[in-house]
Amino acid sequence: MSVTTDESQQMHDAPSRATVVSLWKDYLAKLRGGDVGSLPAVLGLLVLVTAFSVLRPETFTKAFNFGNLIQQSAGVTIIAMGMVFVLLLGEIDLAAGYTGGVSAAVMSSLLTNHGWSTPLGILACLVTGMVIGTFIGLIVSRLGVPSFVVTLALFLALQGVMLSIIGEKGSIDSGDFVAKLNSETIPVWLGWVIAAVLVGAYAGLTWLSNRRRRRHGLTAQPMLLWALKSGFLALIVGLIVYYLSIERSPNAHIKSIKGVPIALLIIIGIALVLSALLSRTKWGSHVYAVGGNAEAARRAGINVPMIQLSCFMVGSTVAAAGGIMLASFSGGVNNVTGGTTTLLYAVGAAVIGGTSLFGGKGRVIDALIGGTVVAVIANGMGLMNQPDSRKYMVTGLVLLVAASVDAISRRRAAASGRF
Amino acid sequence: MSSGEPLLELRGVHKSFGAVHVLHGVDLTVRPGRVTALVGDNGAGKSTLIKGIAGIYPFDEGEYSFEGEHVKVHSPKDANDLGIEVVYQDLALCDNLDVVHNMFLGRELTKNGLVDEDTMESRARETLDGLSVRTLQSVRTHVAALSGGQRQTVAIARAVLWNSKIVILDEPTAALGVAQTEQVLKLVRRLADRGLGVVLISHNLNEVFQVADDIAVLYLGQMVGQVEANSTNRERIVQAITTGNVNEGDAA
Repeated sequence: MSVTTDESQQMHDAPSRATVVSLWKDYLAKLRGGDVGSLPAVLGLLVLVTAFSVLRPETFTKAFNFGNLIQQSAGVTIIAMGMVFVLLLGEIDLAAGYTGGVSAAVMSSLLTNHGWSTPLGILACLVTGMVIGTFIGLIVSRLGVPSFVVTLALFLALQGVMLSIIGEKGSIDSGDFVAKLNSETIPVWLGWVIAAVLVGAYAGLTWLSNRRRRRHGLTAQPMLLWALKSGFLALIVGLIVYYLSIERSPNAHIKSIKGVPIALLIIIGIALVLSALLSRTKWGSHVYAVGGNAEAARRAGINVPMIQLSCFMVGSTVAAAGGIMLASFSGGVNNVTGGTTTLLYAVGAAVIGGTSLFGGKGRVIDALIGGTVVAVIANGMGLMNQPDSRKYMVTGLVLLVAASVDAISRRRAAASGRF
Repeated sequence: MSSGEPLLELRGVHKSFGAVHVLHGVDLTVRPGRVTALVGDNGAGKSTLIKGIAGIYPFDEGEYSFEGEHVKVHSPKDANDLGIEVVYQDLALCDNLDVVHNMFLGRELTKNGLVDEDTMESRARETLDGLSVRTLQSVRTHVAALSGGQRQTVAIARAVLWNSKIVILDEPTAALGVAQTEQVLKLVRRLADRGLGVVLISHNLNEVFQVADDIAVLYLGQMVGQVEANSTNRERIVQAITTGNVNEGDAA
């Protein structure tokens, strides 16, 4: 150790005696280098929320609307989280919306017309998504057809499949259980317990990991940064749960609505699982490697076609889960489930949140933040009685801005050497 | 150390792509603790030869012995399993990953099914320290933020991380400035001093004479000869590269 002492001190780039000022400077340097992460999305969210709160104080800020917003956006947000895996490879899945629609239609048909049990129906839904993802993945990875073309073709074909499953009547009911997923809430106390467990787990696990890494002389997060992050997380989670715990039913004496929506739990659960897959497993590392430099990954012995295939499978399976939430929200599957703006909002959510369309950069949490931005726009514009025409124009422009931010930050990153 | 048994011996290897014969009966010997420079003009077959050794384009015929035993190398994995690592000219690093993940690319360590970041980071640092690398600020820096020389260092460190026995370097200094070239050449020398067999492909004969112990000259797919660097000189090597003739007394 004596030989390498001065060197290892040099290499320990995370001094524990960091100050707020030094952390802020590091962060600014990172931003200037083009590594903006989800900052544009968070800033955009603040601007949007402020604007709508000022313009529509009587409706937008109501707790009822907040709960509603989460349920409206659940399907799109979940599809966007699956989309991140495909985007990380620099590919795209234009069929994700209808993948959700078809899977939900299969599930609804099995539940309502064939009398399957709910768990089997949901399983069949997810399997349908996985089969569609396998199909797309095989064509992209084995035949080398660009994913843009494959999924554009499936965008149309799956729409046809969905219509033929739905049949003449124009809609299929999804059953009581599925309907509850995106309408019911959990008891207020349970919401607080889950919130406390999540924040406690985050703070505790990161603290333990930091302590262990510092002991072994590895790079570790400064204590101050850890405290700021944990405190900020506690604050945000606390505010959300507090707001959702307010009675938000317009007629509380008939039916009380309060507590965290089940939809939010499902979103957070999926986000945690997918994040762990990406950042903690070997497979996840390989996904980033293939997205960053497919040739380097191939030479390093990574099975690139297998990574491509599996990302499309994950993306489509998650899209099927999103389809369940869509069907649940509209009380069944009809000819527009997973159609109209679903796909664009999902891609938009991922990209607005900071996932790069060029591959190699992005996190599942980005889709969550971006999904919230998209949901706030749709919700707020709706409350302002704006026609769909304007809603589409604004959302389209926001997506364009997000994609441009992505391209610009990529150029800056190339210039300054950061990714 | 320097005159140990050969690590790698090729005898009469052939390789063709369709009708094009690229290698005609090439011999090559790589000994531990020695830098063997592989020189030759463009199109002489240097790249094909190392890709054959690395298992990317397996040889059509000829003997491939490793540590005195005949082996069959049909894929990059076969070569890696023997302890042969190649540092390609374009480095094959992922810009979006940090130094640690690049060094373990494709071979990440796991514990209970999860990526073992702690062990990976400490092993990456040990390897860099072992090579006396002082130019990297943090092993958690993304590779995109590194200079050409630092990237080359990461690529070389990756090659030695796996207790490899032979490291093949394809023009490691081609894109570097003077100071960085010097650093990388010192690193190449240290690899050999640690007992590895090093194969260095280079167009720069100054470099070759600076670090190489043996020089092997390829000419139009044939091995003109493999000689000790201190038994020959620049003019003879240039002549061998350009005409395929070697002066008497040089052939080892």
